[in-house]
Amino acid sequence: MSENFTVEIISPDKSILKSEATEVTIPSYEGEMGILKDHIPLITFLRPGMIVIKKDSEEKKFFIEDGTVEFSKNNLLILTSTAKSLDHLDKNYIDKIIEISQEKINKEEVSDKEKYLLSYKIDTLREINK
Amino acid sequence: MPSLDDLKKRIKSVKSTQKITKAMKMVAAAKLRKAQENAEKGRPYSQKMQNIILNLTKSINDPQNAPKLLVGTGKDNVYLCVVLTADRGLCGGFNSNICKLAKTNFKKALGEGKDLKIITVGTKGLDQIRREYGKYVIKKFSFKNKKQITFNEAEIIGNEIINLFKQNQFDKCILFYNNFKNVITQIPQAQQIIPAENNLSKEKDDSQTSYEFEPEEDEILEDLLPKNISTQIFKAFLENAASEQGSRMTAMDNATRNAGELVDKLTINYNRSRQASITKELIEIISGAESL
Repeated sequence: MSENFTVEIISPDKSILKSEATEVTIPSYEGEMGILKDHIPLITFLRPGMIVIKKDSEEKKFFIEDGTVEFSKNNLLILTSTAKSLDHLDKNYIDKIIEISQEKINKEEVSDKEKYLLSYKIDTLREINK
Repeated sequence: MPSLDDLKKRIKSVKSTQKITKAMKMVAAAKLRKAQENAEKGRPYSQKMQNIILNLTKSINDPQNAPKLLVGTGKDNVYLCVVLTADRGLCGGFNSNICKLAKTNFKKALGEGKDLKIITVGTKGLDQIRREYGKYVIKKFSFKNKKQITFNEAEIIGNEIINLFKQNQFDKCILFYNNFKNVITQIPQAQQIIPAENNLSKEKDDSQTSYEFEPEEDEILEDLLPKNISTQIFKAFLENAASEQGSRMTAMDNATRNAGELVDKLTINYNRSRQASITKELIEIISGAESL
């Protein structure tokens, strides 16, 4: 039991999740990052991807587009305005987002940074829809 | 002395007004519960956001290169005031209180020779401010047709402010809104959002933890600060929405009670004049009989 730490996902209009976890994987801006208990204090922000929260054998997954993460004193705080639990995502809806993002990425005026973010978004969503 | 008929009509009209205010009160009460819930749910996000920024600010060693959103432009000449009010009236002193506070601040700023720019959100505030400070209003927002204000709306305003800041249009940004304390008390507030106020940073130096940053501090700050502005605006929105309903509820409660008192008074008046006319008729009959 001592391997647990608390995870909180908060969006501007509500608190989405607060629970214990043994391991959390977050899509940090510069790559996926696994967090275990007693990680050193950390602040980072996120790119589109999946948050995987593991507790013993249970697994919860959230799709997010952006956000900020703070880890300190065994408390993981995820601030995001776009977290969606995978259980609530509809296949058709995902397809639609992929299409829109696909269109965006092909436009010329999109900056490299945005392209980078969009490509991750599309990849994650495709992964989910498999 | 109004005639009996007039009194009757007045009593009837006051009673129907009372019905309206009573209904409005109940609607406000129902909406208040929801708005209050939203405001309370929204608080952790903005608080935590503020905390992260505080922690980040502490670890910045070189204030010269810090993002301007955090430390300001170094000047103090142009003030941008964002006044958040409701789109609807009949909510007691809610709108007036914000405007009063805003106006005192405007006056002070102008008195000190500062330049002023105003953004209003909500039509009621605009109406009140336009009379005296109309020429300073550079932008007006209204989300009247939106049933519920979401983060998107806050972001629209946030982006507008940041754009103006990037064009060096102002040095200091102040947000005016009502803070929801409880149903009867709403405190009008002026909150400075640019440059970010960090008056707490000095107290908690002992508990300082050194963070690992990924990517670099400045990069995180650059991403986070605009978000924080939208967050603060959104928080102000939520607080404002709860305050509006609370204020309306108390105002309508008062109005209902006043209407009740008025009805009582009018009824007494009505009964008295009815009695008077009866007595008068009696006297006439008696004196008529006596003279025979």
